[in-house]
Amino acid sequence: MQSYYDPKDLPRFSEIGKDAPELAKKFFEYYGAVMAEGELTVREKSLIALAVAHAVQCPYCIDAYAKECLEQGSNTAEMTEAVHVAAAIRGGASLVHGLQMRNAADKLSL
Amino acid sequence: MTLEPRDCLMQEARSALCPSTCVGFAQTLARHGLRLEREQTHTLQINTGLLCNQACRHCHLEAGPKRTEIMDRETMDQVADYAERGGFQSADVTGGAPEMVPEIDHLLTRLAEAVPRVMLRSNLTAIRDSAREHLGLLCRDLKIVLVCSLPATHASQTDAQRGGGVMDASVRTLQWLNTLGYGQSGTGLELNLVSNPAGAFMPPDQGRTEERFRRDLQRKWGIVFNNLYTFANVPLGRFRTWLEASGNYEQYMTRLTETFNPEAVAGLMCRSLVSVDWKGDLHDCDFHLAKAIPLDGTRRHVATMSGPPLPGTPIATAEYCYACTAGAGFT
Ligand code: SF4
Repeated sequence: MQSYYDPKDLPRFSEIGKDAPELAKKFFEYYGAVMAEGELTVREKSLIALAVAHAVQCPYCIDAYAKECLEQGSNTAEMTEAVHVAAAIRGGASLVHGLQMRNAADKLSL
Repeated sequence: MTLEPRDCLMQEARSALCPSTCVGFAQTLARHGLRLEREQTHTLQINTGLLCNQACRHCHLEAGPKRTEIMDRETMDQVADYAERGGFQSADVTGGAPEMVPEIDHLLTRLAEAVPRVMLRSNLTAIRDSAREHLGLLCRDLKIVLVCSLPATHASQTDAQRGGGVMDASVRTLQWLNTLGYGQSGTGLELNLVSNPAGAFMPPDQGRTEERFRRDLQRKWGIVFNNLYTFANVPLGRFRTWLEASGNYEQYMTRLTETFNPEAVAGLMCRSLVSVDWKGDLHDCDFHLAKAIPLDGTRRHVATMSGPPLPGTPIATAEYCYACTAGAGFT
């Protein structure tokens, strides 16, 4: 089946280094450092990553971080709440831009 | 521990369904210069049978309410005699649900006299059945260590693995065990939990999961316990059937093989434990018991054994051994 997304591409992520290996190396080092245990635990970071994956609607990241969250001991209730956080921020971001609309409309209106 | 390749002593009970990505366990050991053989065997694991009030979806033994295999009193006596004669340090009573075996009181009482430490594996629902409440009191009096299954602190995962309503029932049982003194400091009554993942993924880090369980169980229900162990699900029995039916088998086996940790081999439970089934026959572990693979390649009954299997006795290997060596390992 032809599709823009193929799950088999996920393990090939490192191939983005082709033709720009130095940049890829820098990115993967940074990525690894960001996702490692720090002030936040790996479990907490995985839940944030899952929420962001939904905000940016990346099917690869959703697959990867659904599994990672489970393996970090999160349950589906926590993961669902994380997705709601993404939805709330996305929804809120749209709504708060309603003030731009108001400002623009007010300026044009009597 | 002597660690050298010695392929001829490793029986590869690998299934034909093993995916192409899965290299035989014996081969993997050999590649790391390891071999699987016994050291001092100090634990006698006793499988009292396959009867259970639950039919958990990850059960490697396919235990359930319709199973009729259970240990009789004569075998119990032979097992307890062997435990004593063999100088075992601990006995680990499992099933099915051992609580449902009619003469379980007799076995526990005899074992408590025979070995210094007796553990009883409980699914947290059978022990609270009104007909069996006395068992909790007996365990308390005999100072039996309870090892109880609780995959998660949230009903969605616990009930998905173990059946509807199991989370609520488990919480009530844990609270009751706490009132008996189990898990409370200073009582000497040990209450340990075991968490298997509710699906085709690896278990989380044991130390961190223990911290989370401690916090969640205390905060939500005021429950206390001693230790928590996290184990990978073994691709056997009902869990394997589910892996295949849900299309997860290949990726699960690949994950297990990819996370093979050679350091875990030294601490594998089969090196220090021997498992006896409800008929009294010996196996290297409860997983080989499920596949009817006998200890050292021949059928051996407890009544004919003078002591534990000797150090150096080879241990059979199978593809599901990868579940024991994934990450931190299954000890
Ligand atoms: S399944 Fe695990 S415990 Fe059993 S023989 Fe294999 S490594 Fe040892």
